[in-house]
Amino acid sequence: MSDPLFKVVDLTIGWDETVVQKGATFEIERGSIFAILGSSGCGKSTLLRHLVGLETPLSGSITIDGLAPDQGVPGRPLFGVMFQSGALLGSLTVGENVALPLQAWSGLPPDAIGGIVAAKLRLVGLEHAEGQMPSELSGGMCKRAGIARAMALEPDLLFLDEPSAGLDPVSAVELDELILNLNEQLGLTFVVVTHDLESIFKISKSCIMLDRESKSIIARGDPRVLRDTSTDSRVHSFFNRTPQAVKS
Amino acid sequence: MLPAFAIEHVQGSADQGEIRIRGSLRLAEAAPLWTELRRLETGAARGQTLNFDMSAVQRIDGGAMALLACLRAELQRRGVKSEFLAAGAHVQRIIHLYGGDHAVARLKRRRPLRTLDQLGRAAMSILHEVKLVLAFFGQMVVSALGVLRSPRSANWRELPATMERSGADALPIIILINFLVGLAMAFQTAAQLKQLGANILVADLIGISICRELGPLMTAIVVCGRSGAAFAAELGFMQVNQEIDALRTMGFGPMQYLVLPRALALIFVVPLLALFADVAGVLGGLVVGVTNLDLTVRGYLNQTVRAVTLWDVSSGIIKSVMFAFAVALIACQQGLATSGGAEGVGRRTTSTVVTTMFTLILIDAVMTVLFRMVGL
Repeated sequence: MSDPLFKVVDLTIGWDETVVQKGATFEIERGSIFAILGSSGCGKSTLLRHLVGLETPLSGSITIDGLAPDQGVPGRPLFGVMFQSGALLGSLTVGENVALPLQAWSGLPPDAIGGIVAAKLRLVGLEHAEGQMPSELSGGMCKRAGIARAMALEPDLLFLDEPSAGLDPVSAVELDELILNLNEQLGLTFVVVTHDLESIFKISKSCIMLDRESKSIIARGDPRVLRDTSTDSRVHSFFNRTPQAVKS
Repeated sequence: MLPAFAIEHVQGSADQGEIRIRGSLRLAEAAPLWTELRRLETGAARGQTLNFDMSAVQRIDGGAMALLACLRAELQRRGVKSEFLAAGAHVQRIIHLYGGDHAVARLKRRRPLRTLDQLGRAAMSILHEVKLVLAFFGQMVVSALGVLRSPRSANWRELPATMERSGADALPIIILINFLVGLAMAFQTAAQLKQLGANILVADLIGISICRELGPLMTAIVVCGRSGAAFAAELGFMQVNQEIDALRTMGFGPMQYLVLPRALALIFVVPLLALFADVAGVLGGLVVGVTNLDLTVRGYLNQTVRAVTLWDVSSGIIKSVMFAFAVALIACQQGLATSGGAEGVGRRTTSTVVTTMFTLILIDAVMTVLFRMVGL
């Protein structure tokens, strides 16, 4: 890899006596869309929680541009996160949700923050929703607003947890287009946790695949290449939706 | 540390100016950038031109671009012609992405609502809520009749547990509160009665006011705060979480399954709690009578028995039943009307407590007047 933004070295995650994944080592290239794949229960979301610093690993290290996930510069987050449901604060309007990190970290006056919020919402196609409450939005709109909030502080890196889960096919494709557009136009790096194969093949050129039984990474590389060439039955069945994928 | 950018204002002619920006613009340095740009653009007036020369911008991130685009839009709305000029390919792409080369739409002015409009809307909203509660009451009656015809359609398993939570668990706090209310009332009246030499009348006053009014009312207020709020939050969360929809699809009506057991539980336990409250209130008065007014325990209790009639206690119990029904009705209606996630649950819970408190006081006043009118 030419320019790794994100490094994970010998990471073991879990809680108490339970190990979810052990010895995970991988790098994420700057400007890429990196997918974390695996069947249900393999620890994708747990790994994501560790990568963004919500949980402490049992062992190993995670660095973003040489810093630990909880070390901001100066004190501000190094990355943005979009949670599965968008995780917008229900008591605030969509605009106020996007403004929240800017109010905390940018030092800008309210009129300038208002300008940035409007621009970010326009970028994700929600310019008309600034004054709406999250409860008035559809699932896809909540996720778009979640991306706008995650991008508010201009991080180089965005984590997306199951971006297409629960969306209709058109909204899912639109969200994929948005991710690709932001990646190409702004050079943002994305780490996407998903098991939506259509989305994976469309947006991602590099991935790792986790396995529940061996508690380790069982494949890494371009998902299309893995689908076509992998000889590992677990990888083959996952990418080709054969029954064995359910068993594993 | 010096910022990674520099800004210069160049006045070409009387009505044509330019802001030249050099270096890298990042959101991390947005505050000084914004202050400087604000200072430079203030003088621009309608009909003038103020362009941004972007030829020397090496790098710009989305946040900084959003600020520049916002400023350009504001200038254009003020009638100042403003464009981004001579940007390199990469910067031009960001300008385009953030709408810096788009036509600026006019802002729609929002007129604030006038006081009369606000009052009208508030009145309509209250009427709408009353209509919803009455409709809910109708549904409850219909469901109750359905349960009478087919008793097995109700969820009786929930009844004992709800009675325990709303009744037995609330007993200590209800006894304590009513004891203190009786104590405080007796203290307030003791001084006056002493002056008149009518010390013994404190037993009459406490006995009647506690049994007729304060015992049932204080009990209902505590039940509203504990059980009413809990019912609203519980049903509200179930509604938001689609658990109520799931029950419906499985053939369980929320009225029979969730509302009636809660309403019945309160109707059973609140009158009993009110009786305990009456006793606690009288004991509070007794403590003051014995310690402050030189009354004996036997004398105080005999006077209470003479003063308090069966109707005094019964009227309080009748009120308790009405209070219990009101708490259950409003709490369950508000809970099932919840929408909008965690915030919606909080809003409905607050609304439950406020609406129920008001309703309890209203019921108490209306029933007191009614009883007096019929000579009871």
